[in-house]
Order: sequence, then C-alpha cells, then structure tokens
Amino acid sequence: MAHPLYDNALVKWVDHRMPIFSLYRHSLGDQYPAPRNLNYWWNFGSLAGLVLVTMIVTGILLAMHYTPHTSMAFSSVERIMRDVNYGWLIRYIHANGASFFFIVVYIHIFRGLYYGSYKAPRELLWMLGVVILLLMMATAFMGYVLPWGQMSFWGATVITNLFSAIPVVGKGIVTWLWGGFSVDNPTLNRFFSLHYLLPFLIVGVVVLHVWALHQFGSNNPLGIDRKGPQDSIPFHPYYTVKDMFGVGVFLVVFAAVVFFAPNYMGHPDNYTPANPLVTPPHIVPEWYFLPYYAMLRAVPDKLGGVIVMFASIAILFVLPWLDTSRVKSASFRPIYRIFFWILAIDCVVLGFCGAKPPEGIWVIISRLGTLWYFAHFLVLLPLLGFLERPSPLPQSISEPVIKGGGAIAGARAAPMEKA
Amino acid sequence: MAGGSTTTSAHAGSHGSSGGGDGASRRDFLALTGNALLAVGAGSVGYAFVDYMNPSADVLALASTEVDVSQVAPGMSITVTWRGKPVFIRHRTAEEIKAAETVNAKDLPDPAVDKDRVKKKELLVLVGVCTHLGCVPLGQKVGDLRGEFGGWFCPCHGSHYDTSGRIRKGPAPANLEVPAYDFVSDKVIRIG
Ligand code: HEM
Ligand code: FES
Repeated sequence: MAHPLYDNALVKWVDHRMPIFSLYRHSLGDQYPAPRNLNYWWNFGSLAGLVLVTMIVTGILLAMHYTPHTSMAFSSVERIMRDVNYGWLIRYIHANGASFFFIVVYIHIFRGLYYGSYKAPRELLWMLGVVILLLMMATAFMGYVLPWGQMSFWGATVITNLFSAIPVVGKGIVTWLWGGFSVDNPTLNRFFSLHYLLPFLIVGVVVLHVWALHQFGSNNPLGIDRKGPQDSIPFHPYYTVKDMFGVGVFLVVFAAVVFFAPNYMGHPDNYTPANPLVTPPHIVPEWYFLPYYAMLRAVPDKLGGVIVMFASIAILFVLPWLDTSRVKSASFRPIYRIFFWILAIDCVVLGFCGAKPPEGIWVIISRLGTLWYFAHFLVLLPLLGFLERPSPLPQSISEPVIKGGGAIAGARAAPMEKA
Repeated sequence: MAGGSTTTSAHAGSHGSSGGGDGASRRDFLALTGNALLAVGAGSVGYAFVDYMNPSADVLALASTEVDVSQVAPGMSITVTWRGKPVFIRHRTAEEIKAAETVNAKDLPDPAVDKDRVKKKELLVLVGVCTHLGCVPLGQKVGDLRGEFGGWFCPCHGSHYDTSGRIRKGPAPANLEVPAYDFVSDKVIRIG
C-alpha cells in the first residue's frame, strides 16, 4: 500500500519496490494499532528484544578473543578481563545480560499468566514464547560452560548427566553429547559452536512470536477485545515512547549492576579453573535455574526427578487448555488472582530451596513447593473456570476512560456472559 | 498419497491391465522408489552427521591407563585419571573388607556381592563418578567425609557408598562402576 506520507523520494522509490518501510510502520510504527490501555508490564517484551540484541553484539565481540579449548578457555577469558581493551565491560555486560534476560523474560511470562495472554486466540504466540524460553535456557547453560571454571565444568557434568536417567539409551546419549567419556575438550568445542548458533535461532523464533502477536495484536490489562478504533492508539509514537522510557529505567538498573556489582549474581567458584578430579563442595546452577533444580532434587528418584523438572516447563505448553476460564485478566478473577500470587511466591521459594543443600527442611519445602506448582496447573486452573464467579467485565476498553472512573464503569457494565 | 493405492496401481500397471492408468502407475512407482531411496540416502547421511558427535578415534585411543599400585599402603587411596575421569584405587583394611563382605546383598538398592567387585580382596578399583549426576564423591583424602557406610560420600545430592563402592543411601541409582582392569604384573594394573 502506498502512503502519501513518505516525503523522501528515495524512501518512496524503495518502498514501492520493496515495502520495507511500510512493513516497519505496520509492525512497530504509526500504522500498527495497539490497545490504548497497556500498562508498564507490557514493556518487557521490547526489553527482552533489547537484551537479546545486546547479548548477540557482546557475544560476537567476546568470541573474537575467546579460545574454546580446555587448556586456554579459562585464561582467554581472564585475558579478556585484564588485557583486552574494555574486555571487562564486554564480558560483564554479557554475563549479567544473561541474568537480566531471564529477569525480563520471567516478568514477561508472569505478565502473561496474570492477564491471561495465553488464552485464545494467542495460544500459538504463547507456545512460541515457551520455545524461546527453552532455547534461552540451553544457550545460557552452554554459555556458562565456556569460561571453563569449576562451576562451568561441574554444572555441565551434572546437567548432561540428567540424560543418563533415560532408560536403555541414556548412557549412549550422554557419551554422544560429550563426544567422549567425560565433559572434555570435544564438549567445550561443541558447546561453543551451539552457543553461537542458538541465539540466532532465538531471533528466528522471536520473528515468529511477533508475527503471531500481530495477527490479533496485544492483549491488554482488561483482557477484553478491542471493539473499535476508539479502543486503539497507534504504536508509534505512543508505545515507542513508553518503551523508550522503560528502556531508560532498565538501563539504569542494568548499568548499576554491571558497574557496581558485576559478580553479585555469579559464583566465586567459577573463578577457579575447571578440575575434573575435584567437585566443589556445593555446586549450584545460576540463579535462574534454581527453581527447576529444586524440583529435580525434590524427587528421591533419578528418572522421576528429571521427568518432573522437564514437566515443569512442558506444562506451560498446554496451559492454554488447562485454564478453563474464559475471562482473561486476573483483575476480574478474584480467586485466580490469589492463586497467581501464591504461584509466584511458590516459584521464589523453590528458587531458595534450589540454592540450599538438599537436606532436612529444604527437602520438605522443595517437595511441597513442587507439589503446589503442579497442582496449580493441573488441578486449580481446570477447576477454577467452573467454581470461580468472575466480576463483571467492562463493556469496552475505552468505556471507563470516556465515562470516567473505572470502578463506576465496571459496576455499570452488564454482567458478562457466563463462561 | 496413500501407500496402499500406490502399490496396487503400480501392480496394475506392470500387468498393463488398466488402460490409461499406465502412465499414472509408472509415475507412482517412480515416486515410491524415488522417495524410498531419498529416505535411505537421508538416513545414511544423517547417521554420519549424528555419529560425527560420538567419541573420535583419538579419544577412544586414550582408553587405557597403567598404574603402579605397589606404593598404595593399607588404608590408603589414590586417584588416577582414565578417559578423563577419576579412578579410585583403595587398598582396603581388614575391617573394610569385612564390612563389605558381611552385608546381605539382597538388601541393597543395587544388589552386588563384594567378591564380584574385586580381583584381589585388598584392592578396590572404582570409577570415581557418582552414578547419580556425575560428581566426584569424597572419601579419597584423609580428612574427607566418607558417609554413613565408611566408603565414599557424594556431597552434590547426598549419596552414601560403602567400602565396596555400593550405593547404600541417597539418590544415586547404582553402585560405583568397576572399570575393566587387569593385573599386568603383581604391582601394575592396566585399566581399560
Ligand atoms: C541468547 C543470548 C545469549 C545468552 C543468554 C548468553 C549467555 C552466556 C553466559 C551465561 C555466559 C557465561 C558468562 C560468564 O559467566 O562468563 C556466556 C559466555 C560467552 N558467550 Fe554468550 N550468550 C548469548 C549469546 C551469545 C552470542 C550470540 C555469542 C557469539 C558468539 C556468545 C559468545 C559467548 C562467549 C565467547 C562466551 C565466553 C566468555 C565469557 O565467559 O564471558 N554469546 N554467554
Ligand atoms: S551427583 Fe552424587 S548425589 Fe547427585
């Protein structure tokens, strides 16, 4: 579609032959209508994109000075830290960027859980998001192996050994993953190769994710569909500005950590070179894996633990069909809202358990936490759709604005059709 | 296209019994055999791609190690490397041997009798890798924790092994592995 809006002759010329400017305007510009009521929780998608780009740029720079060999990996990273110009900065951005990537994406996911963004017609969008999460986990896990410290080595050993729980073929799979009989140079090499590759696969899935998003547009805090143009505003300039503001706030926090506490989220043992003969007394994964690690250890059976851990993510794929309520936003679901917060707390508690030695009270809390996590998705969500009485939904997104005062408008609204 | 109909029409075609079906059935036959060969080709190339990631010849070539065990006094342990993994060699004391032998194998999580796990009673040779998730258990050094059964203790998730390297308590599913080894002479063993 030609827009008379292009003043620049060159832009006009290009856009006529390859409508790349129009594509942009329809995707993220002034031609893309977005719900007018998005709140700040909607900033985290674009933030995740920003962090992904940051990781790729800093990663490619690191790779220019990094050596993927067991005899040199550790010292090449130390060289980056000490001798390479601004190497410390690039590495600290990359290492902390991974943590912030997970912070941002976890908030993004919980936003989806709260506002029911996974519900029809956005199931596929949600599932693509879960695929991105899995790819991120694989990428971060392999990245953490690259500096070849003690935690790198033993984290790699413990995680790859998870596959040995698979009956019959498990051991063969582990040897195949390693390319040897233990985590060693072939393992480090292939992890580097894959660590370089996966972020670009993530970019590919992000494209699909955004494509699926644009089919129906963003969900919104009310969780009701847009009824007409009065419910939308153009993405640009309104949400570009709002996103930029979020970027500013994010960068302040990110920079504070990179410059003042760059090792806060790391583990000191990873500044000890890998030693295949000595396991550190207390190995823990990076913080973003702790809840899964707690679930793994909560089950006293090796295979069972592995299954439960993977199931905790797999369950997110079927979430759109486990939640039987047709009301999306938790703002109108008084009971779900409570359970949402309990789930959030449960995940944090599991995280704490994952960091503690698997003894005494921690094992018990891990077990209860794991049980609750699964009960939330498998028991509560299916039942709530039938048992819960949602509060009345507003007629439209713009109604509370136009009539003034959300509460009054909400009360006046006709009761929703029974779900 | 359904496989069944393909074969029937190919069959009909070969007898030349279906007028006008001839061309179609020949095409079906070519499609079927073509696709079958494609699958075989893709499969065999795919096999190479997958096997590429398995241990290479040089890694396999490092698969044996010789160790002089004559210097290992009773009660002492040494750790050697074999295929990149630690191997525990413990010269067991009389009490340790007795403790290992008197257990009723049937009561163990992974039943095994001590005499099947050693070539010489005194010398216990084990792969020092926890069968849970691969940490190296403690118990080789003098001050180390040895767990409730006096053998080894894995700190990662709390597995206890006895003086025969058998799993007694904790999440590990199996006993510490006994590698293949031989006595090359009285003093030297070859692992692998
Ligand atoms: C999804 C995006 C990415 C994530 C989540 C990620 C994560 C990580 C993590 C957690 C580390 C360990 C940091 C440390 O403790 O030292 C790391 C290291 C590394 N990454 Fe990435 N990475 C990403 C993208 C990339 C890309 C695209 C490259 C390009 C080659 C790359 C190259 C490296 C290199 C060379 C190292 C080793 C140096 C070091 O340890 O600082 N990364 N990555
Ligand atoms: S690795 Fe030894 S108990 Fe888990």
